[in-house]
Amino acid sequence: MVMVLSEVRAVIEGVPDPELPMVTIGDLGILRSVELSGGRVVATITPTYSGCPALDAIAADIVTAAGAIGLAAEVRTVLAPPWTTDWITPEGRQKLQDNGIAPPGPTVLLTIPSCPQCGSVRVREVSHFGSTACKALWVCGSCGEPFDQVKAL
Amino acid sequence: MNAQYVLGLGDDCLISSHRLAEWSGRAPGLEEDVALANIALDQLGQARMLLQHAGSLLGQTEDELAYLRGEREFRNVQLAELPNGDFGHTIARLLCFSSYQVALYSGLAAGPDPALAAIAGKAVKEVRYHRDYASQWTRRLGDGTAESHRRMAAGLAAVWPYTYELFEDRHAEPVPGLTRAGWLSDVGAVLTAATLEVPADDGWHPTGGRDGLHTEALGYLLAEMQHLHRAHPGATW
Repeated sequence: MVMVLSEVRAVIEGVPDPELPMVTIGDLGILRSVELSGGRVVATITPTYSGCPALDAIAADIVTAAGAIGLAAEVRTVLAPPWTTDWITPEGRQKLQDNGIAPPGPTVLLTIPSCPQCGSVRVREVSHFGSTACKALWVCGSCGEPFDQVKAL
Repeated sequence: MNAQYVLGLGDDCLISSHRLAEWSGRAPGLEEDVALANIALDQLGQARMLLQHAGSLLGQTEDELAYLRGEREFRNVQLAELPNGDFGHTIARLLCFSSYQVALYSGLAAGPDPALAAIAGKAVKEVRYHRDYASQWTRRLGDGTAESHRRMAAGLAAVWPYTYELFEDRHAEPVPGLTRAGWLSDVGAVLTAATLEVPADDGWHPTGGRDGLHTEALGYLLAEMQHLHRAHPGATW
């Protein structure tokens, strides 16, 4: 099986995030580059948060995905430039919204999310810190449902 | 960059992280339990990056540095190791520490060491959230009931003497923008909004953490943090 770089990149980009499986590492902007070197895939990723425990799982999933198309893979980690939620793609934001998780607003603005269940903007932040390092906990004042938001970083 | 300096910054994060993690399952409410654990996780991630960097300069792994050094070999400021006390006490410590870290990382992110700058550039975004959290609780407790005000003030008074050490780092080049005056301005604004007084300086400034001199509390913390690794050398999962 001979694949060109764009096909390999599409496979690696399609690896789901372990903690937000409705979006891919391509959607989240975690995947910084994919290269082919000597018949091997070299994928470079960046952590969302310093302590993100998903990073090792993501690296292992990339190796598995590359193996499925017959390629060995090396995963490198870079810290700079630091990850920002502004790198989440429009498709990724829509997938989050569709799955009940409010996407982040732009980091340059102070914005509040709308409720991903009912669309209301009568929402209140319960805590900056939610079920994972990258999420905040909100509650909707209209439908009463609590919901996660990927917080702007 | 001076390896001992990076080691000290990594130890600050590691020890502070362990202290905050002691709240897991015991915080005043579920949201605070989750928040303190998340802050501890951020600090643990920062500790790993800093100890990996220090380890690359010292020829040691992050695990060797975290688990196989004794008390006198740790280089964290004493503020980081102080016992949690009550929730107000912990919030006071976090307010002082995170305000320091925001200025520290902002300065280091533009500094000459590219590896340290990359770590700081990432970490500064996280510690701003920690400072926000501590500031909000300081206001809520300080400007709350008579009892919450009393406890917040008591916590602040207890940790305050240890904040002088943050700005006397003899192993470091000066970090641009990191001064006690700037820190005092930031923290003072939060305290004013919280109807709390800036504690008076009575001249007692305990210090020595960067040289391995610690309070009685650190040994007990290390005993808990390190015992599994020391009991099963080389174990992995």
